[in-house]
This record gives sequence, C-alpha cells and structure tokens, in this order.
Amino acid sequence: MIQGWSAVYYREALLMRRRGLKMLATMCVSPLLYLLAFGWGLGQVEGMGGHAGLSYLQFLVPGLAAMSSMTQAWSVAGEINVARFYWRIFDEIQSAPVAPGGYVLGEVLAGMTRGLLASVLTVLLGALFGVHPWCGPVFWLALMLNSFFFASLAVGLAMLIKSHADQAMLTSFVITPMAFLGGTFFPVERLPDWAQGLLLCLPLTHASRAARAAATGAELPLTSLGLLLAAGFAAFLFAVRRVARAKD
Amino acid sequence: MIVLDGIAKSYGPRKALAGVDLHVRAGELFAYLGPNGAGKTTTIRILTGLTLPDGGRALVGGVDVAAEPTQAKALCGVVAQAVNLDQDLTVAENMEVHGRLFCMPKQLRRSRTAESLERLEMSDRSASLVRELSGGQRRRVMIARALMHEPRVLFLDEPTVGLDPTIRRKLWTVMKRIREGGTTIFLTTHYIEEAEFLADRVAFLHGGAVAALGTPQELMAGLGAWAVDALNGEGMQTDYFQHRDEAQAFGSGLPGPFTLRRVNLEDVFHRVTGRKLA
Repeated sequence: MIQGWSAVYYREALLMRRRGLKMLATMCVSPLLYLLAFGWGLGQVEGMGGHAGLSYLQFLVPGLAAMSSMTQAWSVAGEINVARFYWRIFDEIQSAPVAPGGYVLGEVLAGMTRGLLASVLTVLLGALFGVHPWCGPVFWLALMLNSFFFASLAVGLAMLIKSHADQAMLTSFVITPMAFLGGTFFPVERLPDWAQGLLLCLPLTHASRAARAAATGAELPLTSLGLLLAAGFAAFLFAVRRVARAKD
Repeated sequence: MIVLDGIAKSYGPRKALAGVDLHVRAGELFAYLGPNGAGKTTTIRILTGLTLPDGGRALVGGVDVAAEPTQAKALCGVVAQAVNLDQDLTVAENMEVHGRLFCMPKQLRRSRTAESLERLEMSDRSASLVRELSGGQRRRVMIARALMHEPRVLFLDEPTVGLDPTIRRKLWTVMKRIREGGTTIFLTTHYIEEAEFLADRVAFLHGGAVAALGTPQELMAGLGAWAVDALNGEGMQTDYFQHRDEAQAFGSGLPGPFTLRRVNLEDVFHRVTGRKLA
C-alpha cells in the first residue's frame, strides 16, 4: 500500500540537500519581511496591541510559524509540477513499482520536512526580534499537523492541474488568502460572529490558534488539533485517489 | 513476453489506437514503427501502466498491466522519449533513486550501478551532475538506469532521436548486446536503418492498427530487392524489381534521371500505407 515511499522521500531529501543554504535563505525571506513590516513597523503603532496580554510581536511569531509551515508544505506542489511537466520525473516514478500511497507518503513527508524547517527558522528569526515563545511538543505537533494537511492537499491538487499557470492560480486563490485571513496577523476572535464562522473553516486558523496557545501557555484548543488531524487524513486519502488516477 | 489484445485508446475525438493486436516473443528485439503521432508512445505508456486503454488487454511477462500494475512494472525497464533524469542530481544519485524505487537492497544497488554504468561506458561520469552531460551521455545514463534492476522487458521509446550518427551507432551496439543478454526489447523508432539493423521483427503502425508485421527480410522480400526512383509528372514514383539488371534496364528506358537502390523498410511502409514514415 505504501511501497516505494522511502525512495520518493529520499529523492526529495537529496534535492533539498543539494539546494541547502539557498533553500533555507528563501524560507527566511517572507517571515523576515512580515516581522519587519507588521511586527516592528505596524506593531509600534498605538492601538496595534496584541491579544490576551501579549505584545503584537509575541502574538505574531507563532502565527508566522504556522503560516510558514503551510506555505513550505504547499510548495511541494510546485516541485511535483516541475517534476511532471518539465523534467518528466513523475513518469519515471510512475513506471516503477511504487504504490500510489507510497508516492503520496514520500511527497507528504518531504512537504512536512520543508514546513517544519521553515517554522524552526521563523522561530529563530522571532528570537532575533526579542520574542522567545515556549516551543514545547504541542507547538510542534500543531505545526506538524498543519504541514501534514497542506502537503497532502498539495499532492492531491498537483495531480489535477494541467499547467504551471494552474499552479499559480491555486496558490493565489487558496494559499494567499489563507495566509492573510487565517489568524496569522490578527485575532479572529475580534471579528463579528459571521466572519469568525467563516475563518474557522480555514485549517490555518486552527493551526495558528493551537500554535499560539501552546507558545503562550494558554489553554490548548484540542478541537483545533483534532480538526487538523481529521482534515489531514481526508486530504491524504484524496491525494492517494488522485495519484492512482493520474493516468492519461 | 508482450501481448496486446485489441488495445484501443482515444484522446477526445482522435483515435490513437484502434484495436492493436501484437505478440512479442521472449528475447526478441522488436521494432515498432510508424510516423510521428501514430500511437507508438501511447502503446508503450499502456504497456508500462502510465496510460489506461479504453479497451483491450495488455500483458507483460504474463501479467495483466491494468489489473496488476505494480507486478507488471517490476518486470519492465523504460527509456522514455524525453530525458527524465533529475538534472540537479548526479548520475550516481539518479541511479540510487531508481534502485530504491525498485526496492533493491543496498549492496545490489551499488554493484548494479557500477555494472550498468560500466556497460554504457559512463563510469567516469558517475559523480557528474546530469545537467553537465551531453545529450548522448544522458541517453546512455537513461539506458543504464533502465537496466539497473535487470528487467525482463526493456522499452526504448525513440532512444536515438536527436543524436548524432556516431552516438546513434554506438547505442545500436549497446542494444544488440542487451538483446544478446536475453532481455526482450520493444523499440519504437522512425529511423528505418535502425530497425533494419537491429530488429528481429518489425510492426508498422498505421491508422491506429498494425498494418504489417514480419522480419525486415520477409517484409522487404514481398516488394523485391531493388528499387528505381524517378520523377514523373505527379511526383516521385518508385518501381520494384527482383534483379538488379531488370531494374537497371527499366531505369535506362525512362525519359529522365533515376536512382537505383536497394529496397528498404520505408518502401514497405509506403506500399502498405501510401505514406512516408518520417
């Protein structure tokens, strides 16, 4: 059922190692800009306080870590896209005795690795800005579940798209709005009920909530963790079905 | 070793394959010829589990490809038409990934990597990034990679397209050696001389079905041994003769210039389909 997963992950790991510092530097760019613009810049404006006794930077860093885990886990879709349409590596993998579940597991683990690496870098950047969140096991669990969901979704949707342009469109319509609306930059609780209801449908809102609660010692939103887990498994199964059908 | 039984495939309104029936014997080097867009690659994709047929059955080594794709794929090595190596990885890393995809144990991966690269005279480039290799070297790496897990059937989809004649002839020698080792080879090409030189048997694909099948000698013997090409009012006309003298006499009797040459598979294809191969 998952035959070949380690080979798929090994290939991605080799590529990550080859790109090494370049990849890590790229992962730092967005969080650094957000910390400068939103945390350091806008955060100093009067009235731009944080939430529940936190400074805005303290509020922002766990949310940024969640957002980074999402965007980097999602980036596996772009890699698959290039492997399918440009380098044709996907055909090489598909013509090997690799089970669809094995392919998905290998790619999802690669996405999670990227997601968690990006989160670690975001936390380290936060430390440079004087924010030292409590990054215990639940904090990382929330980010792992978040990257599991987004990497699985990325693999599944990568099988549906037909071109690089489709990929860019998906990112614009799914990931970018989620990054700005999923509780990264402002507390969802301050919005009207109807808006809260909508934003609670976004997986990133739950990841931000759980990561922030774990980082600041607040009560853990177990429902958010449970929802992320359930959504992750649903996305994983969706990806396996799509890969099994990814034939002409 | 390979059975195609009424294989059909359409892409929208276009019929790529309209009921292909074919049996390829074990240990045979089988050439599958047809012009661009005839359905050669589609056939290989169906046989290697990359494309689902609309109808019919494809078997490799007795295994139904659609019903048991993982088992069927384990028997096959594929050299695709497009270069599908990881450009950012070295030759050895590409081989390592392939060995892992075929669940080969570590020791075997190492020894087979060395053997396969040696066989294709690529050992000295094992640590090179693929992006640093020439087109011919990339092709050789792809063949080495496809042979690494010792497949029973090797699919070569236009392996020499775009290569210069010297490299192409080098690869022909490689293919001959692989066949002598007992591997069944299914080769698609539109280079007539490649099929004539290499193939035990040849099939012509036309209109989505097999239009002619046989050894190159059988197919050509049906036409004769000599051909005379000459221009007439409607274009190029070719006439066929058993004996050179006959052909020479016919050509000499024509009002304009003519070319006397041996019959080749292109003539067979033209006679069967009314079209040119390339």
